[in-house]
Amino acid sequence: MRPDDFDVIAKILKERSGLVITPDKAYLLESRLTPVARKRGLKGLDELLSSLRTAGEDLLREVTEAMTTNESFFFRDIKPFDQFRSIVLPQLLQSRAARKSFRIWSAACSSGQEAYSLAMVLKEEAARLPGWKIEIVGTDISHEMLDKAKAGLYSQFEVQRGLPIQLLVKYFKKNTEMWQIDSSIRAMVQFREFNLLHDLKPLGQFDVVFCRNVLIYFDQPTKSRVLENVSRVMPDDGLLYLGGAETVLGISDRFKPIPEQRGIYGLNRGAAAAKGVGSASAGR
Amino acid sequence: MKSCLIVDDSKVIRMVAKKILRELSFDTDEAEDGQRALDICKANMPDAVLLDWNMPVMNGIEFLKELRKLPGGDHPVVVFCTTENDIDHIQAAITAGANEYIMKPFDSEILQTKFSQVGLL
Repeated sequence: MRPDDFDVIAKILKERSGLVITPDKAYLLESRLTPVARKRGLKGLDELLSSLRTAGEDLLREVTEAMTTNESFFFRDIKPFDQFRSIVLPQLLQSRAARKSFRIWSAACSSGQEAYSLAMVLKEEAARLPGWKIEIVGTDISHEMLDKAKAGLYSQFEVQRGLPIQLLVKYFKKNTEMWQIDSSIRAMVQFREFNLLHDLKPLGQFDVVFCRNVLIYFDQPTKSRVLENVSRVMPDDGLLYLGGAETVLGISDRFKPIPEQRGIYGLNRGAAAAKGVGSASAGR
Repeated sequence: MKSCLIVDDSKVIRMVAKKILRELSFDTDEAEDGQRALDICKANMPDAVLLDWNMPVMNGIEFLKELRKLPGGDHPVVVFCTTENDIDHIQAAITAGANEYIMKPFDSEILQTKFSQVGLL
């Protein structure tokens, strides 16, 4: 691979998805993009890379999707979902009692496992939610992943990564070699194509945002920008979930960790009040 | 250290499972059929059982039913690990007292997530 070819692909990925790829991760290009090259009848990665300078929208999009597609599991890390059930949900039931509705966002939802895990938690808690209107929205930049998410079809490997067997029996049907999640669960989630780097306002407001294991792929300024954007679609008492290896510390003053609830962040009221005033260091 | 009894008539599967479980810090024991497994449980009740379904002499589901009747037989967490992958088999296993269910083929990640879900890790 020529160094200037690497610079071109790195720039494309950064601009289109925020993904930061460093030369030590060049092997990822090989494993993710060789299939794309083959599909296009190109000899290999090098030929694909040198064609990118003049490539059309289709190819640029396909390359970006191939590089940003990430693994997803049902009930990934378990704990965030236990916290949601035992702490976040009771809080929402109290604070939203008057309007009986709230919205959850699974940002960069990939093939939908996180959004569906939340839907299953809510379905299991249905007895506590009579008359409630709860929306779950999953967004991703990948067409392919969103199609898979909408179909709700998962391989035997996928349904065994994190999904308790009781929930498999209850909410999935075997469809030849694949497992399909029940239509009642699918109906609880809307999937939409959306880029986290764009203006998020069209998505509306979200009371709880799951943005786990997304920021790790971004550089510092992009992380700050995404957190800033996310904060603008949350009410003052909204909650943000980040992945186990992620933090807001030193990245954004919009959020602060919720004491004793690892991985959950609330809006920093001081910073929220200063919205638009341009306070860079206030509230830290 | 927790103990896990690996019950499978395939020596290869027992070896693979043993390697994964050792890495997860389990003390392991092995049996090639349900009857042998039951004898081991009577002598020394394990904390967990990784259980195949189809085996000679006594199959996995018969073993599980007998195990749950033994004094202290409600203690082991039982995780089925079988090629049987239809809802009817899974349902029958749960009814007989299985705590989790792995459909073969499996890898260390699946075994690990299943074991942590049932509180073994």
